[in-house]
Amino acid sequence: MTKAFTLVALAIALVLPAILPGEFYTGIATQVLVFGLFATSVNILAGLGGMVSLGHAGFLGAAAYCYAILVATYGVGSIAAAFLTLLFGAGIAALFGLVALRTRGLSFLMITLALGQIVWGVAFRYTSLTNGDNGINLPAEALLASTPTARYYLCLAVLVIVLACLFVFMASPLGVSLKGVRDQPRRMSTLGYNTWAIRYVAYIISGVVAALAGILYVQIFQFISPHAMSLTASSEGVLMVISGGIGTLFGPVLGAGIVVLLKNVASAYTDRWPTLLGLIFLFIILVMPDGLLPGLRRMVRRAITAFSSYRGRSYSNTSQEAH
Amino acid sequence: MFWITGFFNSFAFAAILFVLAAGFSLIFGLMRVANLTHGAVFMLGGYIATSAMQFGFFTAVLIAAIACAALGGVIQHLLVRRLAGKELAQVLATLGMSFIIADQCLLLWGGDPIGVSAPHLLQGATRIGSFAFPIYRLFLIGAAAAIAVGLWLMVERTTLGARIRAAVDDREMARAVGIPVTWLFTTVFCLGSALAGAGGAIAAPIMSVYPGLDIEMLPLALLVVILGGIGSLPGSLIGSIVIGIIYTFGQMLLPDLSYVILFLPMVVVLAVRPEGLLGRVSA
Repeated sequence: MTKAFTLVALAIALVLPAILPGEFYTGIATQVLVFGLFATSVNILAGLGGMVSLGHAGFLGAAAYCYAILVATYGVGSIAAAFLTLLFGAGIAALFGLVALRTRGLSFLMITLALGQIVWGVAFRYTSLTNGDNGINLPAEALLASTPTARYYLCLAVLVIVLACLFVFMASPLGVSLKGVRDQPRRMSTLGYNTWAIRYVAYIISGVVAALAGILYVQIFQFISPHAMSLTASSEGVLMVISGGIGTLFGPVLGAGIVVLLKNVASAYTDRWPTLLGLIFLFIILVMPDGLLPGLRRMVRRAITAFSSYRGRSYSNTSQEAH
Repeated sequence: MFWITGFFNSFAFAAILFVLAAGFSLIFGLMRVANLTHGAVFMLGGYIATSAMQFGFFTAVLIAAIACAALGGVIQHLLVRRLAGKELAQVLATLGMSFIIADQCLLLWGGDPIGVSAPHLLQGATRIGSFAFPIYRLFLIGAAAAIAVGLWLMVERTTLGARIRAAVDDREMARAVGIPVTWLFTTVFCLGSALAGAGGAIAAPIMSVYPGLDIEMLPLALLVVILGGIGSLPGSLIGSIVIGIIYTFGQMLLPDLSYVILFLPMVVVLAVRPEGLLGRVSA
């Protein structure tokens, strides 16, 4: 079932640029892939490790800046820049992980929020390096892929490879012990597992995946500004994960699709995206805390039960009257 | 001269931070709710005060505090209370709420910064030797000190405070001996939000109010409580002084990297005491 679903989804994703009516729509589909990758990085921490980070856009943005500065300011080749950026992402994650993983739960969430805002503050204030609020534009020849369709397939290939690796990782001893640390930290540590090291590795993996999303982000927008790493951006990542289904392989990509589409549709009609984002947050949390798909399934099931019990009651009523 | 002015401004900023962080810490300490609307409520308080300025400065601050208390009560009653026991859902719900509040502020008050002048009584500067200290900043420091003492007296010396301490220590036991814990929660949420709103209002004459103020202040407040220890009032005081000094001097000496320097106290404190300077180990 899952295998069939995966193959169908992959087949649709492969032919999508041919079906879509124009470059604009291919662009939006590519955004879904990039934010799907970003949401996956949030999910590695939040879903598998039980550590919800509210500063993950900081990794995405820092990587995007790193790539843009290497290519635009220092003239490094795009492929070399991409690899250096991944190293840079791993370095930042290794540094931030040392601080954030001193705590758990709500304190972890608060610290990651503060760390994300510190990265934002650097991008905003360190104008000689980052050009401040104006951001950095990338020339077309600085990209890894030159046409919108090529960028779509690049992002698709990266996302598929990352998801395949994640699938293997989830079943690997490290992946399983990460879930163990999430659910039973004390028991895992009693069993002799180094819970801190397991979390730390997960944090760095998540940071590298977010950096990968950041590299793809500058490819498709050809522009990076502090806006990309705001608290709003980090929160959108968390929303994608919880709306799609936390801890699942495809849920975050599905959530990314929902959030990106809503954002693009909403921006055509209103400037009030933050209000809408807040309302979606409240809706998901209050009405469908386990994600849209399980939530919808539950509602349908409840509706069916309610309907059948209503029919059952009316039937018993009539039978009583008959007596 | 440079150092004295710097420290003076640091303490004035620390005063604002303390008023903001104390409310956050109070709510977190009692309810274990990380109320992320706090930054947005701070900004809302500032905006309400700018609009209510025609009634006089102090009335405007009072109106802002009362309005924010009411909003806090509504958030607690309609949102946070329904998600009792689900820490993550509560945080994310307040996060969603903070986007809505901030966006509605932008809709109502527009995108331009709104400045407020300090009340006549507190304008000008007082001179000690060759140094000039703006009176309004002295007032801020005094007000924060008064709030600190007031909160301490409330928590340590009143029945309400005794009930709050009891509920913090053992919620079930407090409920069992007849303390209306749910009602206490709402009171504390209102009080914390009122502090945030009042903080935004009294900060308006030196910071003015502008979109993005919420996101600028919230991480600073989080840093203060992480440093000082979550739920500890003296911890918030120490934390806000440390962050106030580092942030103010950072902006004067290294404006490019003023945010990076905030990283340092966090690294040092978390390395030595993950629960914060005055935090309880169990918390």
